[in-house]
Amino acid sequence: MSIPPVIRTEGLTRTYDAGRNAVHALRQVNLTIERGEMVAVMGASGSGKSTMMNILGCLDTPTAGTYWLDGERVDGLDRDARADIRNRKIGFVFQGFNLLSRTSAIDNVELPLLYDHSGRHLDTQALAAAALARVGLSDRADHHPSELSGGQQQRVAIARALVTEPALILADEPTGNLDSRTSVEVMALFQELNEQGVTIVLVTHEPDIARYAGRIVEMRDGRILRDEPVSNRHDARADLRALGTAVEEAAV
Amino acid sequence: MKRSTLFKVAIESILKNKLRTLLTMLGIVIGVGAVIVMVAVGQGARSQIAAQIASLGTNMLVITPGSSAQGGVSQGAATFNRLTISDVEKLMREGTTASLVSPVVVTRTQAIGGGTNWRTSVNGVSVDFQTIRAWPVAEGGFFTDQDVRTSRKVAVLGSTVANNLYPGEDAVGQMIQLRDVPFEIIGVLTTKGQTASGTDQDDVVIIPYTTAQTKLSGHTFISQIVVGTQSSSEIPAATDEIRAIMRESHRLAPADADDFTVRNQSDLTAAATGTTDVMSTLLASIAAISLLVGGIGIMNIMLVSVTERTREIGIRMSLGARGRDVLTQFLVESVVMSLVGGVIGILIGVAGAAILGKTMGWHTEVSTQAVMIAVAFSAAVGIFFGFHPARKASGLDPIQALRHE
Repeated sequence: MSIPPVIRTEGLTRTYDAGRNAVHALRQVNLTIERGEMVAVMGASGSGKSTMMNILGCLDTPTAGTYWLDGERVDGLDRDARADIRNRKIGFVFQGFNLLSRTSAIDNVELPLLYDHSGRHLDTQALAAAALARVGLSDRADHHPSELSGGQQQRVAIARALVTEPALILADEPTGNLDSRTSVEVMALFQELNEQGVTIVLVTHEPDIARYAGRIVEMRDGRILRDEPVSNRHDARADLRALGTAVEEAAV
Repeated sequence: MKRSTLFKVAIESILKNKLRTLLTMLGIVIGVGAVIVMVAVGQGARSQIAAQIASLGTNMLVITPGSSAQGGVSQGAATFNRLTISDVEKLMREGTTASLVSPVVVTRTQAIGGGTNWRTSVNGVSVDFQTIRAWPVAEGGFFTDQDVRTSRKVAVLGSTVANNLYPGEDAVGQMIQLRDVPFEIIGVLTTKGQTASGTDQDDVVIIPYTTAQTKLSGHTFISQIVVGTQSSSEIPAATDEIRAIMRESHRLAPADADDFTVRNQSDLTAAATGTTDVMSTLLASIAAISLLVGGIGIMNIMLVSVTERTREIGIRMSLGARGRDVLTQFLVESVVMSLVGGVIGILIGVAGAAILGKTMGWHTEVSTQAVMIAVAFSAAVGIFFGFHPARKASGLDPIQALRHE
């Protein structure tokens, strides 16, 4: 039996009912993403990429079309079932980090495990600590978000996305609030995780960021305009080293 | 989510924002505290009023000699005196609700003492009289059964008499002359004040009735008999019982009219129950209003809190929280805060009642009933006023909530 793709959509359509005029945010989108891929979804605002991301993240349901996530059909599920799917299969990384304030890094990472409805017994604190170690923040476990830099906060958010071992990490403009160097650091972490086999879909409008992915899907007017592998894929770690020398030179 | 983790999440969330939690609880703390203090003060006042009214004689019945008619013309009350000591003894023997009985032999005379004189009423009574009238002595003591049996010449003065004969002096131990008979003053009664009709109750000298009959009035008739019951509710039963005993004692045929009258202070009793009823209603309504205001305060802050925490709710939902998880979290938060607020309110209320009692000299009674109602109410407030905000939170759209700034 072959491994099912992480994402498969057929004729995915989403129409918003805005008074008399229906807004077609997505029109008949067919998209397949295999396990272990790192895909950048690009597009200007209004292109439908946010709607795409909401539906792929099971935050919204399509008006028409089918969507299989990790071999499970998920279009048309009710609120509670979608909540469970999000909990089990998807790890979110947001532009604004979306960590709970006044809550330590490790407790933030632990949070998705608390909403596990499968009834299995989990050592949530140990799993959270392991996830923090994967993003290299073990020494910051007891820090609150306000005590962490933007890059560190985003790494806590990535650890939170990883902690449930999801089929898919869905990152919405993950570098939007970060300076360029920290952006490269975060992309280096994503590339590292991708090499370990984690499937990543990142939504971005920055071509510089999209170049770190292995495949770019560009959207316009609710349709896929272009879907092709990245020919000159950048290595974020190499870029970081180059930046390091540049900074050192500037310091001299 | 497991129940234990749910409580953990809710309590962590309560502890995370201490100022918000404090403000939310404040309404309940003040509401419950105020109710406890108010009920304590009210109960104290109530029992004090009840005691004061009782001292006026709500538990007391007075038997006076009946009217006699001569040729169809009524001669009015006490025209035909047939009350004797045997009536008193029969009442004491056979009475069940009438627990205390004392004869009263009234004589008006000049009291001479302390180099001056004062016209007053001399009442010859038995020892029970003091209990029936609930009339403690301010100085000295009251006479004993032994004094009554031996017709000792001892007197207890009402405060008016004591003040007029011995102004600024200690009257106890002095001698007083009543109709040329010397009496030793063994006590002075506390001040009772006026009756409703304006008679000074303290303008009196109390002596054993045996002494009054032999040394002052010279006859064996008794002016009136006072009877005391355990509580004012026994008055109607006691009245019937006394009538039956008295009719038997006087050997009246069934067709004969009573040759005595039994009176009670029913208007005072009615006033007493009326006062306490009004007081209870007033306190209950004030208590209900203040707790309602506390509850609305909780709902208000919980609603603001839902708006303020929209993003948090969105994050929790995106991580897999079901609507029910969010609902329960908010509900648990509100119930825990109300209950903790209620407990703090009880502590403050009990302390406040004690402080008020000390500083203002008020009599306060913290009732366990009020405490229990306050706890139950604060929990109910948490559920009732927490439900709407919690439902609002659980119904949020995660996409909108995440976008909320």
